[in-house]
Formats: sequence, structure tokens, C-alpha cells
Amino acid sequence: MATLHTVNKSPFANQSLLSCLAHAKDGDTVLMIEDGVYGAASGTGLADAMVAMASRVALVALQPDLNARGIAAARLLDGVKTTDYAGFVELAASHDRTQAWL
Amino acid sequence: MEDDVKKFLYVNRKAPYGTIYALESLEVVLIGAAFDQDVSLAFLDDGVFQLTKSQDTKEIGVKNFSPTFRALGDYEVTKLYVEKESLDERGLTLDDLQEITWEDEDDDYEEKPSIRIVTRAEMADVMADQDVILSF
Repeated sequence: MATLHTVNKSPFANQSLLSCLAHAKDGDTVLMIEDGVYGAASGTGLADAMVAMASRVALVALQPDLNARGIAAARLLDGVKTTDYAGFVELAASHDRTQAWL
Repeated sequence: MEDDVKKFLYVNRKAPYGTIYALESLEVVLIGAAFDQDVSLAFLDDGVFQLTKSQDTKEIGVKNFSPTFRALGDYEVTKLYVEKESLDERGLTLDDLQEITWEDEDDDYEEKPSIRIVTRAEMADVMADQDVILSF
């Protein structure tokens, strides 16, 4: 009974990603899209909190949004996977519900 | 007339594609460049993301406007202040930003960097030194 969480805002601009991580259950998936993908980068002030979460939720970032923002694969946090639009649909279909953290 | 020249600062605090602010700012800067004012741009908070290299928006269906920053020198917009603390908090360095230059016609058209990395305190001084501040 897992939830797909989507986060579309920059974690440096508001608290949506942090609140999402604080509410996500073990086994859930957190998909970073649009400006949310800035949360997938390493070397930021948030990196430690993100890495700590990676053991209990799946962290995924949308590749087209990473490309748009010039975030190279080498800069992604360890444990973050990427997906494309088709993968987004698969995630939505394979989870019991989707919760958008706007 | 020199007396009519005001100092304009465009303050950019938003990431480039999640909202329309960044593109609108650039449009207004280009329009404003026609008025021969003393123009500066400030990039702080998520605004520093606007200047990053290797942006490729093909798959998100919006215009990649990042190359336009490199044309600002042709419009005599040559002062792009970037806040160091904002870069640090986001895991970025000057190397992650596009190289943006302008040609100094008073110095044998030498290419000079437009980006000036400043501290938060220096950015506050830049802001306090303006006549007009436009926020995006």
C-alpha cells in the first residue's frame, strides 16, 4: 500500500520537499519533478537529509527536468534514480495513490 | 544627459523554468536596455540557477533562454552580481555557471567577465546603491 509523492517546487524556495519527506512512509516513492529536481543534487545544504531518507523511501528525479536545469548525472545524490515521462506513468500506476506536494 | 541616468537593479530570486518570472525579467532587461540607463542584475537565492551551464529544455517544451544571458553585453548590460552564499547553499561554484563576457570598447575591445561574485553583505551594498529596483 505505497504512495507516490510528487514534489514540484525548489527545496530552497519552500518547505514542500522537507514536509513530504517527513510524512512519507517506508516503501513510498518520492518523485522530484519541475523545480523539485533541485533537491536531487549533491553538495547542497539538504544533501544529508536526502541521503538519510534514501534507505527507506525511493528517491526518483524526472530526467527531462534535470536536463532543462543543467543538472548532470554526476551531480546527483547517491541513491537517486531517474526516470522519463513513461516511467512517471508506470510509477503512478504501480502505487496505490499519488500525493502531490505543491 | 548624464543627469538623467538612473541606476536600475533587476533582482532575480527564482529558478528559471518552474515559474515565468526569470524569463519575464530577462525580457524587461532587454527592453530597458534601450533607455541608456545604468543597469545591473542581481542573482541570489534560487535566481543563481538561471545562470547554470548545459541547460537543455527540449523535453519540457519551453524555450531555453539561458543563452540570452551571453548576449547582454551587446546591450551594454555588463554587471551581473551573483551571491556567493546562494551558490554555496546550492552546491554550486563559478565553474557551474555560463561564461558571460562583454567587450570593453574603451580598452581595445577586450573581453571582460560580466559575472561578479559578491558576498551577501556586498549584495546588500549593491542594492542600497540603486535608484530603482525591479524584483522578479
